Amino acid sequence: MAKKMVTGNPAIWIDPPGAAMYCPGCQHPVVHRVIADVIEEMGIDGEVICMLGVGCHAFVQVAWNIDMLSCAHGRALDSGTALKRLKPEAIVFTVQGDGDCIAIGAGAFVAAMTRAEKITTIMYNNTNYGTTGGQLAPTTLLGQKTTTTPRGRDASVEGYPAHTAELAATFRGTVYSARGSVHTPANYQRTKKYIKTAFQKQIDGAGYSFVEVLVACPPNWHLPPVECLDRIENELIVEFPLGEFKNEDKII
Amino acid sequence: MVERMFVQGNEAVGWGALYGGCEAFFGYPITPQNEVTQWFAREFPERGRVFLQSQSEVASINMLYGAAAGGFRVMTSTSSPGWGLMQETISHCAAAELPCVIVLVQRGGSGAGSIRHSQMDYITATRGGGGGGYKNIVLAPGSVQETHDLMQLSFYLADKYRNPTVVLSDGILGQVQESLETKTIDFGPLEDKDWALKGRDKNKDGKRRLINSAYGVLPLPPYPNYISWLTHIKKKYQEMEDAELRYEAYKAEGADLILVAYGYTSRVSKEAVNMARAKGLNVGLIRPITVWPFPYEIIKEKAALGCKFLVVEDSLGLLLEDVKIAVQGRAEIGLVSILDRHIPTDGGMIMPGRVFEEVQKLL
Repeated sequence: MAKKMVTGNPAIWIDPPGAAMYCPGCQHPVVHRVIADVIEEMGIDGEVICMLGVGCHAFVQVAWNIDMLSCAHGRALDSGTALKRLKPEAIVFTVQGDGDCIAIGAGAFVAAMTRAEKITTIMYNNTNYGTTGGQLAPTTLLGQKTTTTPRGRDASVEGYPAHTAELAATFRGTVYSARGSVHTPANYQRTKKYIKTAFQKQIDGAGYSFVEVLVACPPNWHLPPVECLDRIENELIVEFPLGEFKNEDKII
Repeated sequence: MVERMFVQGNEAVGWGALYGGCEAFFGYPITPQNEVTQWFAREFPERGRVFLQSQSEVASINMLYGAAAGGFRVMTSTSSPGWGLMQETISHCAAAELPCVIVLVQRGGSGAGSIRHSQMDYITATRGGGGGGYKNIVLAPGSVQETHDLMQLSFYLADKYRNPTVVLSDGILGQVQESLETKTIDFGPLEDKDWALKGRDKNKDGKRRLINSAYGVLPLPPYPNYISWLTHIKKKYQEMEDAELRYEAYKAEGADLILVAYGYTSRVSKEAVNMARAKGLNVGLIRPITVWPFPYEIIKEKAALGCKFLVVEDSLGLLLEDVKIAVQGRAEIGLVSILDRHIPTDGGMIMPGRVFEEVQKLL
């Protein structure tokens, strides 16, 4: 049997991200790694074009050796829509945070699904605005303290956490929607499968595909990295259940 | 091949874009430019080009950002409230050096204002309404034919400088019907868009392309830091200013009074000049064709010769600011403004007779 390399960095890594751009215990680079592995395994690194939002996720532009466009805050799906319409052969995907996708970018998100754009979105959900200092996001849990909810999120003032993957599944133009995490090895592998499936849906020309990934944000959660994993297990996935919410081969 | 037709200014936008090699149009309905969007919806798909109605003007301009990054010739069209919504990403396009064309058919403001004509967006068009003090070449046609011709030029200039270009129209110019000759205008060769996103394996050197507008956060080669990038941008804006100035001087040689106007009021002003000349008055017109860069020097020269000026614009006085900068207090400047319309409703216009009255007062 031929030997297969099972360690080391993905071939599309220019610089392993982390040391320079990310806080200790941050799981953004973990998801960057999962996406990089999927792209490499599918052999599509020469064809993909990535549309980046604004937030910690966008620092991946120093890491991936693929064509990328850093977009205006919340607008990656608008920019991706236009490029995909003009270059239908390209595999266009957006990388966005929860704030980028479902707060400032909610209009673009809903419109892209309404038009059934053949694009893939991977949304990193860390339940706050990590880059700007840990403010309230639509995904912030009830009671969660952020720098703009110092007494904790109060439903009577800030409402309730937004369920993005479930929302995406309600659109006819969406053929695939899933939520994963990377806080355990098993979930890491499942999330990798979700992302691979999402890319495959676009390659098959099926419709819009969406994967939300829960990620830890230790400095803004004010928790050591290991306790962040406990919070994901005990609090986040209670509010945001993991799994596939929609998986169709064509628009129904 | 030359084709002759009788069309609106708004339709001439489409014909000019078609002959100028535009590959995609993204737009949102707004009055008084709806004929533009409808023209593209009708004419583009059957020619294998892309038309897509966006969900907002914010989306339109961000669609341009994505399509331009792929190296495509793309445009949108809007009117004043939609123009306001586009400002952030026009700034991003300028910073990321993504060429695209934005047509602004001005209507009355402020706020929702009116759905009829005006010239009230001069400042945001020429100065840029988004953050950061970027520059766009702004072309101001004065007729249906010139709308068509400047549309073609706008795509060429956008590609030449890797920068957005604005075509500044107005509700009158958009709605008026005149004869038009359509044909492709050759402005000369342009470099290949080797910088565009195609998918890494399609790039000539096999290396990735990365485009962003955040040189202060994540500097990209060949600019090692924020200031080196700003130095490059400043140099480019200077080149645009030096090379792309365009204006028409009509009977301005030796004139005692010069009218300054662009767009529909330049047509009104030309008529007023002819009325004055028929009465033996020594009156001319300077019509900026680019309102950025602006023809400061010619106005300054005329002011030094003792010439007076009369600005004719359908606003409270915005072009007036540029004429003041040019004149530097050395000459008298009058204004015929939106307050001088022939009737006090949103359908009122500045008429040649009213301009001529003001000419007689100043001379």
